[in-house]
Amino acid sequence: MSDPVQSGSDDERVKSTSPLRKALLRPELGAIFGTMVVFAMFALLASDSGMFSAAGILNWSTVSAQFAIIAVGACLLMIAGEFDLSIGSMIGFAGMSIALLAVTFGWPMWAAILVTFGVCLAIGALNGFIVVKTGLPSFIVTLALLFILRGFTIFVPQTLERKTIIGGIREAAEGDWVASLFGGKILQPLFSWMGDNGWIEVYDRGINAGKPIVDGIPALVVWALVLIVFAHVLLTRTRFGNWIFASGGDARAASYVGVPVNRVKILMFVFTAFCATVLATCQVMEFGSAGADRGVLKEFEAIISVVIGGALLTGGYGSIIGAGLGALIFGVVQQGLFFAGVESSLFRVFLGLILLLAVVLNTYIRRLITGER
Amino acid sequence: MKSMFKALALTALVAVAPLASATVAQAEGEKYILVSHAPDSDSWWNTIKNGVALAGEQMGVEVEYRNPPTGDLGDMARIIDQAAASGPNGIITTLADYDVLSGPIRAAVDQGINVIIINSGSAEQAREVGAMMFVGQPEYDAGYAAGLRAKGDGVESFVCVNHVISNAAVAERCRGFADGLGIDLGESMIDVGQDPAEIKNRVMAYLSANPDVDAIITLGPTSADPTILALEENGMAGEIYFGTFDLGTEIVNAIKSGVIEWGIDQQPFLQAYLPVVIMTNYDRYGVLPGNNINSGPGFVTKDGLEMVEKYAGEYR
Repeated sequence: MSDPVQSGSDDERVKSTSPLRKALLRPELGAIFGTMVVFAMFALLASDSGMFSAAGILNWSTVSAQFAIIAVGACLLMIAGEFDLSIGSMIGFAGMSIALLAVTFGWPMWAAILVTFGVCLAIGALNGFIVVKTGLPSFIVTLALLFILRGFTIFVPQTLERKTIIGGIREAAEGDWVASLFGGKILQPLFSWMGDNGWIEVYDRGINAGKPIVDGIPALVVWALVLIVFAHVLLTRTRFGNWIFASGGDARAASYVGVPVNRVKILMFVFTAFCATVLATCQVMEFGSAGADRGVLKEFEAIISVVIGGALLTGGYGSIIGAGLGALIFGVVQQGLFFAGVESSLFRVFLGLILLLAVVLNTYIRRLITGER
Repeated sequence: MKSMFKALALTALVAVAPLASATVAQAEGEKYILVSHAPDSDSWWNTIKNGVALAGEQMGVEVEYRNPPTGDLGDMARIIDQAAASGPNGIITTLADYDVLSGPIRAAVDQGINVIIINSGSAEQAREVGAMMFVGQPEYDAGYAAGLRAKGDGVESFVCVNHVISNAAVAERCRGFADGLGIDLGESMIDVGQDPAEIKNRVMAYLSANPDVDAIITLGPTSADPTILALEENGMAGEIYFGTFDLGTEIVNAIKSGVIEWGIDQQPFLQAYLPVVIMTNYDRYGVLPGNNINSGPGFVTKDGLEMVEKYAGEYR
């Protein structure tokens, strides 16, 4: 938004808007309302089911953080006017790559992680390069990558190890500081102190008796927050952020005024691949194994989170805060339905209905405020 | 602004209404949650759902069935965490991948929740995570028994049609079968995916490329039903030696018509039904059987199909 040369109040060509209205003119407004509605709903339905106990909160925050990590990448890419359907396959591929390098080939864990990041960012760049060079819709190009990556993820471990789940990652990651960036937990002393004071539940048997059930904030959640802050600042406070909006809004006009549209798009594909690899690394560190079927359909979860957050599928409009809230809504609804005891076969029906409602509400609010049709 | 809030209030109401009616009425009794690793598309687990519902009804306890919609085991770990956080009396779960699931299961046990492992995993693993017992069919042994049987029938080579290539436990069946036959598994396991049309076409393609294969082994209704169709289409039905794991309506019909030699039933009904009964009695009277329970293998052949037929796909 550039400031008009004159102030709006004494220029009859500029419509005056109240400060309240100005504050509301944000893509994430719908997501903010949606978040409130969803929390109110589950406070009514699932208040006594443990959903808002420490363990329950950790549960839906972790799921939301998973969505948020990939939604941040997908959001920037979508604002830049492109899609990536290979996110889910990339998660499976990256996890498998770490497992094979570290366990099968016995590399040190930090090397396995760094090389995997290198390979995955290169694949992201390849995605972007093909899209930019051929002019094909990214929907098609990344759909091809979805199959190619998934195929390799199944084929390679089967050829090398005769199995599709490679374990033993936890042992290989022992004492590795790069690995602890993805699999560690923070604020553990704070949580044990809260447990000692009886503010959060503690285990009542086994080797962990007396320790809190929630013993820290997982790296996954920290990554989600860090990525949201980074991407939000990039998008709203830098020149590059304006380039992202411009590339997605009208690529031709943007390149006429000197925006390096192709470079922006390729970089956004790389960033999306980076986010998927972060999630994959966190997953294999937490679970100690990589499976060939990890991450199936995660690309749609990312896209849904972004759309709930108020971004347009056509590019040029959206917000990272919105995408983060969209991920939160999605995670809370998904796990909250379990807490509320919804029949498992109807689970997806409700999930779909609520997501649809969130998007409709979002669009409605946006139109109400911006006055667009 | 006013109309906006009205719209919001309405939306909230519309969203809540079906939810409120769908939540299970809180029963008086204990609450048990069964968590499986099956994607929504896997029909075999219907028997598990029915078994657990029946046990809940008979014992007067509340039961819930949960699964990760896409079969992603990472999602399953979160569901176990969620189940533990909602504070049930017991959790009944499969152990499809020890690395992924052992942490969440152990955490549930440490929170004072009883756990029984069913279907996947092993008795040793169940003991390691602190579960009460294991109810299931040791996969390798079942495959080995089937391999011995096939060897006795003169089989020398086979193809294993695997629709859950990422489930290591199920692949053990093929390994056991190969060892029972006394041959190397080698390249005889094919990954066919979950889609019936694709499975059918891949089986047909494999058989036309390898015409001298003696036997086909399928690992469940998901791969068996399309394989039956493939054999009917290429004229090998009844000619080629065909054995399958797990039962379903189509499989039972094929056993009857002689297309399938035998089906190995691991009796999933028992895997769902028994844990609920065992846990309820443990919670009420403190009694517990002293060992793991093998729900299978049981060979189902042409003889004695009547009961199986009646309940195929429902309780068998």
